[in-house]
Amino acid sequence: MSDGTARMREWLEVHETEIIAAWTKKLKDSSGHGTGRLGDAELDGQCRSFMAALRRAIAHNGTNDIDGEAYAPVRELLSDMSQTRALQGFSPSETATFVFSLKDPLFALIQKELASDPVAGLNEIWRLSTLLDKLGLFTTEAYQRSREEVIVRQQQEIAELSTPVVKLWAGVLALPLIGILDSTRTQVVMETLLQAIVDQGADIAIIDITGVPTVDTLVAQHLLKTIAAARLMGADCIISGIRPQIAQTMVHLGVELSVVSKASLADAFALALRRTGRTVTALKTPA
Amino acid sequence: MDRIPILKLGRALLVTIQVDMHDRLATALEEDLSAKIVASGARGVLIDISGLDLVDSFMGRMLDNIAAVSRMLDAETVVVGMRPAVAITLVELGLELSGVKTALNVERGMALIQTRLTETGLEDADLGEDGP
Repeated sequence: MSDGTARMREWLEVHETEIIAAWTKKLKDSSGHGTGRLGDAELDGQCRSFMAALRRAIAHNGTNDIDGEAYAPVRELLSDMSQTRALQGFSPSETATFVFSLKDPLFALIQKELASDPVAGLNEIWRLSTLLDKLGLFTTEAYQRSREEVIVRQQQEIAELSTPVVKLWAGVLALPLIGILDSTRTQVVMETLLQAIVDQGADIAIIDITGVPTVDTLVAQHLLKTIAAARLMGADCIISGIRPQIAQTMVHLGVELSVVSKASLADAFALALRRTGRTVTALKTPA
Repeated sequence: MDRIPILKLGRALLVTIQVDMHDRLATALEEDLSAKIVASGARGVLIDISGLDLVDSFMGRMLDNIAAVSRMLDAETVVVGMRPAVAITLVELGLELSGVKTALNVERGMALIQTRLTETGLEDADLGEDGP
């Protein structure tokens, strides 16, 4: 075992330049690397630092345990690389190919060096292959993780973007809801609305659901909760923007919103102004 | 035994709750308040809970009870100054306090009671000890 490790380490050291040359050539030939997303110099740099880290790790800890201390630099390098590639739009296979394509030059090397002893050569190839497979899987996992992080971040951004509270007039707020209303979003919507009511001393909040694609019993319940919470804060709610199909669906479902509702935001705003003792008039009568 | 002070403001009574309510305090408040409504001829009760940042179902039921008792004595209850977190908790608990009026702060609650007095024409009514 230690025999093999020492031998491997020696080869990697002596033949490093040619391995890297063959590896980068293979990478550049394979699809995905020739599309200009990754510069030649950058690829060379990544290959070089990966080889160096791998050589040190093998020297320290052989080829078995990639979760160990010795492989920490290799793992770090791979996760950084997968993260960057995930953001650059590489596919998972393209990302994993980085590791797998190292097999070609290494196996060729072992075949050449151990031509006289095929059994030892086979053993070496087997060990290296297992190691590179593990590293390749690790790369894919890191890639997946960074993609998931992107998705979670985007979800948060969407949730924040889609719950604005707009001041229409002194004491009149509007809450244009866009998208699906689930319990997580209802919570965000409620908090934002109630805070806005406190901050602006609002009496009336208009909840506009023009952008809500479907209203089922659950969504209706969420709406009613929001309205009840706003009422507890001393603000009245008006619902606006119920589309004709949605109104029909709601009636068929037996959903009843026991609040004032208006067909359009404009109607709701006019009502809100009237309730706060204001009115909109034309400056002069049209000719 | 400590009691919650009840202040008289014109035709309304103001109760400010700043401590955690427990059974006995709540019962005492209910008794005091009903006695005071009758004695002063108040037409509105303002309950200011802006000092509370924690509520439970007991608190919600107590507010409902007070409102029901006051209504029976012809005084309107307005709960004022509820914090957003408290409102969300109450709604999640399923307590929507439907028998109670609400307002953002004491000032607006007072205006609400004033409006009611004006509407019912009781603004300047003669009221025994309060009268001229």
